[in-house]
Amino acid sequence: MNDKGSYQPLTYFQLMEVSLRELLVEKGVLTQAQVEEAVEDMRNRTPERGARVVARAWVDAEFKKRLLADGPGACESLGIDVPKLRLVVVENTPQVHNAIVCTLCSCYPRMLLGIPPDWYKSRNYRSRMVREPRAVLAEFGLSIPQEVQIRVHDSTADMRYMVLPMRPAGTQGWSEERLASIVERDSMIGVAVPKA
Amino acid sequence: MQPQFITSYATSVPAKFAVGERVRVRKTAPLGHIRTPFYIRGHTGTIERLCGSFPNPEELAQMRDGLPAQPLYRVRFRQKDVWPDYRGSDDDVLEIEIFQHWLEKA
Repeated sequence: MNDKGSYQPLTYFQLMEVSLRELLVEKGVLTQAQVEEAVEDMRNRTPERGARVVARAWVDAEFKKRLLADGPGACESLGIDVPKLRLVVVENTPQVHNAIVCTLCSCYPRMLLGIPPDWYKSRNYRSRMVREPRAVLAEFGLSIPQEVQIRVHDSTADMRYMVLPMRPAGTQGWSEERLASIVERDSMIGVAVPKA
Repeated sequence: MQPQFITSYATSVPAKFAVGERVRVRKTAPLGHIRTPFYIRGHTGTIERLCGSFPNPEELAQMRDGLPAQPLYRVRFRQKDVWPDYRGSDDDVLEIEIFQHWLEKA
């Protein structure tokens, strides 16, 4: 799946990917077109999907209630297809700040947020986020007051998590699209908060 | 107790813990693919919710069907119980998915 550009020697994992892909195609398990389609799908999933969900929850209390109880159903009602996603949405409030990590690997709500950032998969983030979340959040520039409870969610099995951030002050009367435009990826992982 | 996600596998183990119940994570170190992180083994927490029942990942990793499906819970731990030198609020918590066969009544 090399992009066009200057020639670079293949890394170990790139070589493994090419070898595995060619074998699967040669043996008729997959076609080249299916592989390309899957990669294209992956690239087309961006955090804007999650941002649409958040913005709707900010303006529609009924939708928010549904989102917290049945994440996948709520996404589908917005026309966002999330096949097989067991989505748990956790809500930030003035008393609670949520953050997501996967200490064992890199489980991530790709259907809503796209491909995870490299830092999310790093050993540093994965090991420290459960151990000293306040220090890690401070490194992201987010200082959480002591009286606010921090809930770290370790995504170890079949669930995938998304944080529903708080709607910032000064956004009264904003359209849903404008609200969605301030919801960035990191605020749905819980390492940032949206700003008006 | 109603799980958050209803699944329909041919066989599944009934859920035996209720929301709010105190549970301890078994302290054991079997070989193979385990979805219970080392750092939480042996600690006591509270059942936050029943997620549903899912094939046992330890069996799936051996190319078996993982059935009967195992109840999967989200368990809430006080950070200060998990890390005695934790720096932060006494109220800070950690929530983790743990399969029933890794839990015992505390």
